[in-house]
Amino acid sequence: MNRLENLYRKIIMDHYKNPRNKGLTDDTRYKQEHIKNPSCGDDVTIQSFVEDGVVKDIRHDGSGCSICCSSASVLSVLLKDRPVKEALAFSENYTKMIANQPYDETLEFEDALAYQGVRKFPARTKCATIAWKAFESTVKVEDNDE
Amino acid sequence: MESLSLKKDFPVFDQNDIAYLDTAATSLTPRSVIGKLTDYYNNYSANVHRGVYRLSHEATELYNATREATARFINAEFEEIVFTRGASSALNLVAFGYGLSNLNPGDEIIISELEHHSNFLPWQQVAKKTGAKVVYVPLSEEGRIEVEAFASVLNENTKIVALTHVSNVMGYITPIKAITELAHSQNAVVCVDAAQSAPHLQIDVKEIDCDFLAFSSHKMLGPKGLGVLYGKKKRLENMEPVEYGGDMVETASKDGSTWQAPPLKFETGTPPIASVVAFFEALRYLQNIGFVALKEHEQRLKKYVLDAFSNIESVKVYNPTSETGMVTFNIEGVHPHDVVTVLDEDNIALRAGHHCAQPLMQWLGVVATLRASFYVYNTLEDCDRLIESVKKAVTFFKEAGL
Repeated sequence: MNRLENLYRKIIMDHYKNPRNKGLTDDTRYKQEHIKNPSCGDDVTIQSFVEDGVVKDIRHDGSGCSICCSSASVLSVLLKDRPVKEALAFSENYTKMIANQPYDETLEFEDALAYQGVRKFPARTKCATIAWKAFESTVKVEDNDE
Repeated sequence: MESLSLKKDFPVFDQNDIAYLDTAATSLTPRSVIGKLTDYYNNYSANVHRGVYRLSHEATELYNATREATARFINAEFEEIVFTRGASSALNLVAFGYGLSNLNPGDEIIISELEHHSNFLPWQQVAKKTGAKVVYVPLSEEGRIEVEAFASVLNENTKIVALTHVSNVMGYITPIKAITELAHSQNAVVCVDAAQSAPHLQIDVKEIDCDFLAFSSHKMLGPKGLGVLYGKKKRLENMEPVEYGGDMVETASKDGSTWQAPPLKFETGTPPIASVVAFFEALRYLQNIGFVALKEHEQRLKKYVLDAFSNIESVKVYNPTSETGMVTFNIEGVHPHDVVTVLDEDNIALRAGHHCAQPLMQWLGVVATLRASFYVYNTLEDCDRLIESVKKAVTFFKEAGL
């Protein structure tokens, strides 16, 4: 398969054009993390609402390339309703997969599997992981509070 | 200019079939410069200004030969050339060496939204420390610094004018001579960021009459990590060093110390001797080509790309009237980072991002842009590769639904 087509899979373009869960809330129960990649200008904010150890909702906003923006949308769908520990493990394994490091291959990545193509584009791995990094800090903050 | 034969002078092309269009970020290095770098380590490797033995003396001679050549390159004097880590570090030296001790609350520093972060952030910081105010020249509709607009913000409170000579995003040439004359009429000191002009234009500091001028070796075929600060002799004599230590000191005692005369006053520690020595070859290489031929060459390539881009509907060029070899553009509706990945697949090296000029991105109302910049080694074939790849990106993202 063409490398470029593999990178820009339908799932990615769909989430880029029709982002789910986009727009931030003022609800103070949400923990928020803003990350900016100063070299390319990708700018992502993730909000997550955790209750009883479960990620109840994820919101996102920002600007950037299609890989970056779509991945925020994808994670907001995939990690919702998962226990924090599971969501965190998912996110960490996803990041390892993108970085070509050993990861738990038994995990069902679902739509996030579309980002496998990024592995062949080392210059773009940051784009695919920045939103996930932001998500991780929102739930890690929650951990510290407990 | 026979560009095709010039490619042979750059060993990076031996290993890479690349259309390198990112000289505005950093230039490639010719064989003669690399040869001089290794020659220094192979045959000298001794320190400068210290030993009285033969090798150190010879290293010092080579080091001074580059200072002399750099001075001649911009029509300055030997003692007016300070070697720094780069243009950024040279501009910081002016801000913290001159600005910090000469600015008072209520004083004004004139800069512009065209500035690279390295001629913006040091002044913002110095203004914070001194209570001085940063004032921006309003840009023209095209995004240029013009003399009338400069005059409108110049007043008796203006103490420093720090402007780019050639914008690193738009490629426009600032009318710096006329601006300097006006600034001097208000006794303001003029500091010029020449990082994008020194590689492409003949600079004559006596003609411009600026007080300081900074540029980088690595954007003009020289080694990375080396820059030049030109300062008028009187200015350098009255400027404080920002780094203290060996070599810059004249006498050191417990009761107090005195400094060497410029330029050594600003060059503490062992400098990047090999880089300085090899920079000589970069200057020689550029002088052999000549700035008239270089400008013609860059203009030809730029025009060729602009003509082709004007036939691609979704390509938006931000600086069609620029006088230097730089094309800043976007494909409408597609983030530049996505475009650059398509170009990278075709081995085209090109900058996508905010080019260390976030205030300008805000002024343009974009998050980022693509920028193709041309230099001695580029060819029409490089331009064809760029044009074809941009067309491919347009089609690809259209089919993807963007």
